[in-house]
Formats: sequence, structure tokens, C-alpha cells
Amino acid sequence: MFLLIRDPIDVRSATDKLQRPEDGAVVVFEGVVRNNANGKDVRFLEYDAYESMALRKIEEIGAQAKEKFDIRDIAIIHRLGHMEIGECSIVIVVASAHRGPAFDACRFTIDTVKQVVPIWKKEFYTDGEVWIEGAK
Amino acid sequence: MGIRVLFFASLADATGIRETNVEASGFPDVGSIFNHFAKEHPGLENYRSSALFALNSDFTPPDAPVRDGDEVAFFPPVSGG
Repeated sequence: MFLLIRDPIDVRSATDKLQRPEDGAVVVFEGVVRNNANGKDVRFLEYDAYESMALRKIEEIGAQAKEKFDIRDIAIIHRLGHMEIGECSIVIVVASAHRGPAFDACRFTIDTVKQVVPIWKKEFYTDGEVWIEGAK
Repeated sequence: MGIRVLFFASLADATGIRETNVEASGFPDVGSIFNHFAKEHPGLENYRSSALFALNSDFTPPDAPVRDGDEVAFFPPVSGG
């Protein structure tokens, strides 16, 4: 399941859809909006994307994760648009028989998303706004 | 048909353009399209060294040839997640 959406991500629904009786591990990563960056107070974020390419890249990363790690299935859901502090911008769910590959695949997936998926975050402060360029 | 040209994030701000079209003739490769817009929008020069280029939704080097019907995109290093 690979999605770009504008509404809040329903994490429970995503894990319920992915999980099957043969899974022994479901690892969930949630990226959430933080209230500070580089010493500045962040009020909210906006995410923009080159949507057709972003979806293609997310699908590619999901396929790579399945190739590289012994997992059964993976979901990557990235939200776009306006997000408040504490809201979830990305959810990765990995289901597998055992926990090791699930953790490894989840880490690989979020790190790779941050490197290659054409999505950009704009941070809004009390005194202005800045496009963030490049992954930290 | 022409070539569809997209700018995102800071590069969209620098050009004031999100999406436009150019005639395919006169543009041998992706880089020549960037050069064309950098001439019209000098602010784009600040992003030349860091900008990423895409051709038909995949990363591409500047010397990749373009033809009628292609979609080209220019954007800064990504910051999703």
C-alpha cells in the first residue's frame, strides 16, 4: 500500500489492513511534526510534492525493501499539505514473520524516502517561513 | 505538444513558475531548458549547483536528451518524511 494523501493518516487502519495471521511482527514508524528546528519555534509545516514522481519513488522503495529484507509486506503513506505540531506526516508499516527484518526494512525505508522522494517541507516560524532543502 | 516544465519548492519561488510549456525545438537536453529559465529568472542561478533534474518522473543528468511530449522538472534536494 503506497499512498500520498492530504487528510490525516489513520495509522490503526493502515496496520489493520496490512497485518495477516502469518505475521509475527508489525513495525510502525510515524514521522511527526516537531515544534522546533535549529533553535527556532516551528508553528506548523506544509509539505509540497512532485506527486507523480513521489508516488513512483515510494513504490520503488517499497519494492526494494521487499527485495532486500525478509519481510512479507510494507505500506508507505505520506501526507501532503498543512500539518500542525504533533500530526503525523509519514507512516511506514512493515509486516513480517520475525522482528529483525521488519525493523531493518523500516529503517531502510524512512532513510531512503528522505533521500530520494521529491517532497519538500516548509517550516513556518513566528517570524517567517523557510523551505527545507535536503535530509538531515 | 511541447515539453512540460515543472518547478518545485524554492525553485518555483525563484521563477514564479510552477508549471509551463516550452517548444521542443531549440532544446537539445534537460540542461538547456534550465539555462533558458535561468536567463529569464536570474534568481534561478543560485540553485544551479544544488538543483535536481527529473525527466518523465525519474532523476536525470543535465545532458539527457529531450523530445516533444516529455515532462521535465527542476527542484531542490528533497526534505520529505
